[in-house]
Amino acid sequence: MPIAATASGTRALRAGIPGRVLVALALFAIVGPFLWILTASFKHQIAIYAGQFPFTPTLSNYADVLLGRRSDFAGNIVNSLVVAASSTALALAAGALAAYSLHRFRWPAWVSAGFLGWTLVFHMVPVLTLLGPWYVAFRELGLYDTRAALILTHVTINLPMTVWLLRTFFREIPPEIVEAAHVDGCGPFDAFYRIVLPLALPGLIAAGILAFVFSWNEFPIALTLTSRETATVPVAIARFAQQYEIQHAQMAAASVISTIPAVILMFLGQRFIVSGLTLGAVK
Amino acid sequence: MRNAADVPVTRRVPRPAQDVVARLVNRSFRYWSLLPAVLIFAALTLYPLLNLMRMSVSTIDFAQGATLWTFTPLRNLEALRADDVLRPAVVNTVVFVVVSVAIEMVLGVALAIGVAGLARAKRWVRTVAILPILVPPVAIGSMWKLMYNYDFGIFNQALVAVGAMPVNWLGSTNIALASVIAVDVWHWVPFVFLILFAAVEGIPPDLLEAAHVDGASRGQTLRLVVLPLLRPAIVVAFLFRTILAFKVFDEVFLLTAGGPGTSTELVNLHLYKVFFEQNRLGYGAMLSLAVIAAIVAFLLVSRRAALAVRT
Repeated sequence: MPIAATASGTRALRAGIPGRVLVALALFAIVGPFLWILTASFKHQIAIYAGQFPFTPTLSNYADVLLGRRSDFAGNIVNSLVVAASSTALALAAGALAAYSLHRFRWPAWVSAGFLGWTLVFHMVPVLTLLGPWYVAFRELGLYDTRAALILTHVTINLPMTVWLLRTFFREIPPEIVEAAHVDGCGPFDAFYRIVLPLALPGLIAAGILAFVFSWNEFPIALTLTSRETATVPVAIARFAQQYEIQHAQMAAASVISTIPAVILMFLGQRFIVSGLTLGAVK
Repeated sequence: MRNAADVPVTRRVPRPAQDVVARLVNRSFRYWSLLPAVLIFAALTLYPLLNLMRMSVSTIDFAQGATLWTFTPLRNLEALRADDVLRPAVVNTVVFVVVSVAIEMVLGVALAIGVAGLARAKRWVRTVAILPILVPPVAIGSMWKLMYNYDFGIFNQALVAVGAMPVNWLGSTNIALASVIAVDVWHWVPFVFLILFAAVEGIPPDLLEAAHVDGASRGQTLRLVVLPLLRPAIVVAFLFRTILAFKVFDEVFLLTAGGPGTSTELVNLHLYKVFFEQNRLGYGAMLSLAVIAAIVAFLLVSRRAALAVRT
């Protein structure tokens, strides 16, 4: 079946049969593992071990994970939601202010380049290198095993992305608009808050969604700065995997639950995810 | 400050106190706008970095909730010499980064070019490709741990079904690293694909038409027109992948935790173990500083290289 000429000029790259096979394989390869764990989460542990297919679906794994008396998973979800929501709000506030400040005001080069370079380096460095001093500091402050410690550290790891991404959005706002506001008697902060921020709303949404997901997904910090009371969803999943007798069925159910935000976002946000992951280097 | 009851009435007449605050906020905005972010970074990266330096020459013990610091610079250096795991960890990390990034680049570029020619499949692939990037890495780890399982994982079920011997994917020293790399490739090919796909879509159609009119074959168009135009996007994808690959921790922690033996031990896993399993905070700090120095060096070198490629 020849593909009709599409509007885009990429038809010159029109894929032959091998191209279509490659794409079909790729789609299957991406989706396959998700389907596998989805089916596993609806199987009894015994059905998993026996490799049964077809099987009688059961919700017992989800019931065990969410409602079981020996499971803290509901609490873990609450912890994750609280930490992700608060750290996202703080990262957005501090990040938007900083990005706008660097964009709008004439800071000396050592301030602006120093700040941006510093955030870039700490975005690239493995977070494991900072966990030691964080652990010591939070213990000394009495903040070990609190949500506050997790929120603060998650703000830190999300700030570079927020600042770099929002900078690209602020840059696209015509300076005339802000100047007109000044002429009308609007102070610099009011102009930022009432005029620039609403115009940069798509950027704020993009950065906010990404910050939320990164915080929800974050594992090593939560692993080392929390214990039973404040553990988040990824920590709980790792516990399932590390028990002497691995609870495969419950691990599968918990993993499926943990992917819900990602699945929702898959449909909401497409382009900005890549631009966020590359700090705005790719639009 | 503001009384809720009288807001509607006095809205148009600013109160003096409110006015002063508003003016202060506005006047000084230029100076305080950068402050929150700077404070957060100073407290949570600059201070820890300085602390790392202090820790790296100390031994730290926790005794009854208090922390005891002793100045022992030579002890940590000696620990470095006695550390048998460090060398395999560095070697494995380099192998992991080089091999997985190379495979991801080739597959990602091929997929982007392959998909671009398919009008209808495009949107689907682009939507689905986002999923592995957004899902918690821990969930990916547990997913593949199930699939790699010796007794009931899908790969061994398939092998047994065709009459072959099952493979110990994560438990054999020869295969474990390759198995872990395969998971990383699965995880991140979509990322390379998405960057490159946007670049392929951005190629001006006239150029491809012109190549066609001039009688260029498909292969020639790809090699002489498309790939050179994709070069900036390839550089960006490559740099980000290399740095992200070096940060890998979650999936490997779940899949093998570095084993069997040291066959999948990575620098990050080793750091974690030194800090939190062996409780050697001083030695861990020294390793952390070395890792940070290596990353900064890589950033400086790659900046040069990227500039050279662009011109």
